[in-house]
Amino acid sequence: MSKKLLLKDAHIEGIRYFETYRKQGGYTAAEKALKMTPDEILEEVKASGLRGRGGAGFPTGMKWSFLAKPEGVPRHLVVNADESEPGTFKDRYLMEFLPHVLIEGMLISSYCLGSNVSYIYIRGEYSWIPDILEEAIEEAKAAGFLGKNILGTGFDCEIYVQRGGGAYICGEETALLESLEGKRGNPRLKPPFPAVKGLWERPTVVNNVESIAAIVPIIDITGAEYAKIGVGRSTGTKLISACGNINKPGVYEIDMTITVEEFIYSDEYCGGIKDGKKLKACIPGGSSVPIVPANLLLRTVNGEPRYMNYESLADGGFATGTMMGSGGFIVLDEDQCIVEHTMTLARFYNHESCGQCTPCREGTGWMYKILKKIENGQGKMEDIDLLWDIQRKIEGNTICPLGDAAAWPVAAAIRHFRDEFEWHVKNPELSQTQNYGLAHYADPIPAVEKNA
Amino acid sequence: MSETIAFKPESLAQVHKIIARYPEGRQKSALLPVLHLAQKEFGGWLDVPVMDYVAGLLSIQPIEVYEVATFYTMFNMKPVGKYVLEVCRTGPCMVCGSEKILKHIRTKLNIKDGETTEDGMFTLKPAECLGACGYAPMMQLGKFFHENLTIEKVDEILDLCRQGQVALD
Repeated sequence: MSKKLLLKDAHIEGIRYFETYRKQGGYTAAEKALKMTPDEILEEVKASGLRGRGGAGFPTGMKWSFLAKPEGVPRHLVVNADESEPGTFKDRYLMEFLPHVLIEGMLISSYCLGSNVSYIYIRGEYSWIPDILEEAIEEAKAAGFLGKNILGTGFDCEIYVQRGGGAYICGEETALLESLEGKRGNPRLKPPFPAVKGLWERPTVVNNVESIAAIVPIIDITGAEYAKIGVGRSTGTKLISACGNINKPGVYEIDMTITVEEFIYSDEYCGGIKDGKKLKACIPGGSSVPIVPANLLLRTVNGEPRYMNYESLADGGFATGTMMGSGGFIVLDEDQCIVEHTMTLARFYNHESCGQCTPCREGTGWMYKILKKIENGQGKMEDIDLLWDIQRKIEGNTICPLGDAAAWPVAAAIRHFRDEFEWHVKNPELSQTQNYGLAHYADPIPAVEKNA
Repeated sequence: MSETIAFKPESLAQVHKIIARYPEGRQKSALLPVLHLAQKEFGGWLDVPVMDYVAGLLSIQPIEVYEVATFYTMFNMKPVGKYVLEVCRTGPCMVCGSEKILKHIRTKLNIKDGETTEDGMFTLKPAECLGACGYAPMMQLGKFFHENLTIEKVDEILDLCRQGQVALD
């Protein structure tokens, strides 16, 4: 049984309300933190080894330590709740069922960072969740945990919720800040980084929902104890949102010591592949991270078991590994067509490109059109090479990482499943009417031992 | 600014409450929340006079509103039906059968993507990832998600919409 820190009380009825949360020990971490100095809290966060849970995995304590503190200039904490990465729905779970964990985490973080006004920027489509968050904020305020002179400490803190308008790019921190300022979500050039010039040009820390929620257990059990959970630099617990062709889709909290195989097949987590089919491939960290075929997902290229943590998933680099990313775990069974799946992702990135940079604006649409052509049986062999060439020209050549996010799924799909692309080109008539996975049963993917 | 367009008093109070969340002079930050309010109150889409009205309320130029309203997918730039069926079709939803759901709705309502039924009841909008990947296939209707969809469940929802029994807000 995996250790639970964030979801330990998720099963308790009414935990979304202050009274129940408080009875379970809620806000005791905040009480403890408010008796500490901001520097002491920062040291705990650093000691915890917590890495940003939004996808980048940058050490949170280090990020906080970059925050500029000019005299007389307000600072802000902005929680990134724009969760829009396909496969990722963990923050939604936290906000919907455990809003007070986020609010308590924000209170502690705001105190540490010296933010008297903090914001939650939530994707607009989660349109029922702001009501839940605002209710939790009001409850916390009524109990003296928000507002003026919190618990008599002299610290003031207000939290506001801002709904976005439906744009994936606003998950990028500078685009998010632009959006919060009432503009188009166009990413900013960095530097300056938000820690120096962020919201309204004030020093700002932007952190993912899960990262801020994790501050509560870190203060509760201490950073050193938090760092003992997990393995290596993958400390603490991680929320994984599992979806696709599995028996038990949902949000799971893992301690990053379990194997990928255990995560997919054990009853505690995904419960195996739906309808007893074979595992074909998986995208373990949200749509932008490289897809890997079953054999490389369960074992590294050296034949070692692959684990559900930052380092093990990335073992082998982009050629043979993948990334932890946001923890959006998308499982594909043997019937799925990789070309079709990649095409939907290319369409997504084309739709969501903000249009600022030419490689991204033009390249994502070009990739989508070529993939659509191949999927519909109208592709040529040279289209596969052209696709490879385009993704290489997008990667690393844009203001923000959306270009990379659009390029990587295409690159990984071609790298690992080129046979499938070629089948579409060689069999135009079949390709127009049939799904590769269902039609072509030569099984180009080596069967994993478990399912052989 | 149109003389005939104005928020109801309670909505206007809400606008002022939203503006107060931001520092003085930063009222433009209220634009997205106010556009959400405006779309809800003024017929489900943002007509130019409505956007001009919002610009006036926030003391910003109309072009600042247009460029924002056209950037974000949640704002409708043309009239839509009473029920906007936003069916997610990206990656995980595709894997779980979203195309089947979309095809069924297109056939049943005799509309293409982006179109509205002749009776003005339904608009079909394929969506790119709505964060319900574990409960796919799904669609958003107004404020709420309808998840783990089947053809039968879609038929039931459409029937309930016609009977005015599906909550949007």
